[in-house]
Amino acid sequence: MADPNLDTLAQAARRPLSPHLQVYRPMLTMMMSITHRITGAGLYLGTILLAWWLIAAASGEAAFATAHWFMGTIIGRLILFGFTWALFTHLLGGIRHMIQDTGRGMEHPQREYLAHMVCWGGLALTILAWIAAYTMR
Amino acid sequence: MSDKSNASMRTPLGQVRHFGSARSGTKHAWRMRVTSIALLPLTLAFVWFVLTVVGKDYAAVRAAIANPVWSIVLLLFLGAGVYHMMLGMQTIIEDYVHGEISRTWLLMANMFFSAVIGLALVYAVLRIGFA
Repeated sequence: MADPNLDTLAQAARRPLSPHLQVYRPMLTMMMSITHRITGAGLYLGTILLAWWLIAAASGEAAFATAHWFMGTIIGRLILFGFTWALFTHLLGGIRHMIQDTGRGMEHPQREYLAHMVCWGGLALTILAWIAAYTMR
Repeated sequence: MSDKSNASMRTPLGQVRHFGSARSGTKHAWRMRVTSIALLPLTLAFVWFVLTVVGKDYAAVRAAIANPVWSIVLLLFLGAGVYHMMLGMQTIIEDYVHGEISRTWLLMANMFFSAVIGLALVYAVLRIGFA
């Protein structure tokens, strides 16, 4: 029986819904899906760090030295490493989504390959970029 | 309009179907994909830029940013990136925040944050470029 105090949307929300995340066994494809979202949100916040660095470079030598100092600390380096990982993982996750947008890569072995590509490719590119950063400077 | 006390099994979509289109159904998804494609080469270029300035001193970093080619690449990357992240965060808010008031505020906050951070990033690059 309908509760007259609820509006239509609240009524609709009471309809039986399909099983949701918490009843599924975690699988790589769904883990990489949520990772895409988490890395995207991380990059969103990471723009604050990028803005700090660029504004410091635009402001003057003292401000730049402060930003440079922070990014050189252990915590700064950890944040930058996480930023690099998020950037590469989100980039590869985006490629995965584009491939699947075309209808390809949805079948059993292919979709697992794609998820592995995002997971390990993101890590590998991050490590490569950091090796390059330490050798190029 | 549908009856307010109607607790039928029809979905909200089913109830509004054929009332006319809002004419913006695929705009968000399409813009997400256009910015994604743009960001593929731009992100790689940005990573390359960072690698060339890592460990460099103040003057060298400013000179690199002021290089017209890098200025343009950075501006394109930042513009596409900030627009892409604004759209993405909008989807996250719409998916997880169900209270009408809190969702409206968060959607506005997302646009304000993106506008502020986007303007700050672009202004900093232009300031160095035109210095």
